[in-house]
Amino acid sequence: MTLDKFLALGQTALELGLVNALTVLALFLSYSMLNVCDLSTDGCFTLGAAVGALVAVSGHPWLSIPAAMLAGSISGFVTATLQMRMGVQSLLAGIVVNTALYSVNMALTGNKATLPMNKTPTIFVFAKGLLKETPFAGQYVLIVMLVVVALVVLFLCFFLRTKLGLAIRATGSNADMVRSSSINPAFTTTVGLCVSNAFTALSGCLMAQQQKNYEVNMGSGMVTVALASLLIGGVFFGRHRSVPLRAVGAVLGAFLFRLVYALALRVDMPAFMLKAVSSVIVVLAISGPYLRKQLPIVVKSLQARRGMAEGGAGKC
Amino acid sequence: MLKLNHISKTFNPGTVNAKLALDKLTLHIHKGDFVSIIGANGAGKSTLFNAICGSFYPDTGSVFLDGRNVTMLPEHERAKQIGRLFQDPMRGTAPDMSIEENLALAAGNGGWLSRVSAADKKAFREKLSLLGMGLEDRMKQPVGLLSGGQRQALTLLMATYHVPKLLLLDEHTAALDPGTAEKVLALTRSIVEDHRITCLMITHNMQSALDLGNRTLMMDQGRIIYDVTGEERSRLTIHDLTDKFRQASGKALDNDRMLLGVGSR
Repeated sequence: MTLDKFLALGQTALELGLVNALTVLALFLSYSMLNVCDLSTDGCFTLGAAVGALVAVSGHPWLSIPAAMLAGSISGFVTATLQMRMGVQSLLAGIVVNTALYSVNMALTGNKATLPMNKTPTIFVFAKGLLKETPFAGQYVLIVMLVVVALVVLFLCFFLRTKLGLAIRATGSNADMVRSSSINPAFTTTVGLCVSNAFTALSGCLMAQQQKNYEVNMGSGMVTVALASLLIGGVFFGRHRSVPLRAVGAVLGAFLFRLVYALALRVDMPAFMLKAVSSVIVVLAISGPYLRKQLPIVVKSLQARRGMAEGGAGKC
Repeated sequence: MLKLNHISKTFNPGTVNAKLALDKLTLHIHKGDFVSIIGANGAGKSTLFNAICGSFYPDTGSVFLDGRNVTMLPEHERAKQIGRLFQDPMRGTAPDMSIEENLALAAGNGGWLSRVSAADKKAFREKLSLLGMGLEDRMKQPVGLLSGGQRQALTLLMATYHVPKLLLLDEHTAALDPGTAEKVLALTRSIVEDHRITCLMITHNMQSALDLGNRTLMMDQGRIIYDVTGEERSRLTIHDLTDKFRQASGKALDNDRMLLGVGSR
């Protein structure tokens, strides 16, 4: 591989990594802070893409962004309401909403599974035009994504230090304590899921605009990919680091995941393996510490069993 | 101050596991009272606290706090006026957040989007230094790194940050080693006395049940079986208490921890 090719590969990984990073940051809020595994992420990602695509196709590239985020937060509101006010278990609420969102997405696009956006004005087309005469003409996607991700990271750093943000973090850490601080955990969970799903939808919206194509299955498996990225990021900046560092770690994780994936494609791994790889990463990252703790016990019990067998033989 | 009128609560009603946890319990607490509550396991002591806090709604009866009917007020609304400490020191604080952030939530100053101000930090430092545990120099550290005693002291500070109308202590020193327990108890005493907080304390330690406060309640099977105050209480010994229990409930007070309390005397 030549250096040029390697750089191009790195740039693509960085671009896609940054688009995914928005979903990873959304999960950083819901999974790491609020301690809710939001399984509506896949559908919400696609919802953001669908709404963003529709609004952009109708000629409003800028409006597509708030529109997608609003749609995402409505979806988050529904998920939160199901689990906090209607007694649906947290995981089930996500799955139910995720399933329903497929129908919503199909209805939005008028029963079409894809929506080509080749000639659609997007914010990337706008940035391309803006940077045409500059040395950064080839990096317009990267620049747009860097700005958006930086804004979201800054927002999260600010938000998680406000009283509301602290209450959201405490809800994930100890809901009893939130209640005794006269704050309703149902409220903090709802706000947290609205915000996080807005970012998931933003991520989907930008993915569709960057790929110049909307497809109804584009979000499938997104929750696992994002979770894998989040956990990779946690290796660098784990639980005991400050919130800003952990947010940066989440972005770093998204990029690394994409980079490893891009390299794996180079060595002829078929593209459809992405989801299997992300599943394995999630399993390893979550069960790794558990298995490490179990290993000495397994070794000990094996030794004991062998000792027993030998002892038994000696007696006979 | 606090009035409970004929509070009843049955858990798992209509099943073989049905348990009458509170049995038409009526209780009046006066402002400034410090009441200790004793009773065997399962007597309904913690359930009584849950009823006061609103962790569940009672089947029958009403709860009045400072003249206001709070029977159907949700738990987090009531928490504005009621501070509560549990036996488990982990329950009152968020381990992943710093001491400062925990205190900020307890203080609850400012609007939803406000951040911890310099004035807040100064106030936190002053309050923390009153604990005498050096926590004021560790404000940025996650609470998860503190010892059980330190966490319980911090919880006490948080529960009384805005002086509550009522403080409920549910065996809040039982999980601590004896030295730390004594320290936390002394802190409790000084905070409660300084602010004249009306306080209910569940304890398994018969001696501190008699030493602390001005009134002692004994509970059994969801009822208050003995309520003593004033002259009579000041003459009571632990043995009197166990005798009273046998008389009132018709069985011996056979709780290991309580008997240990008797033995140590």
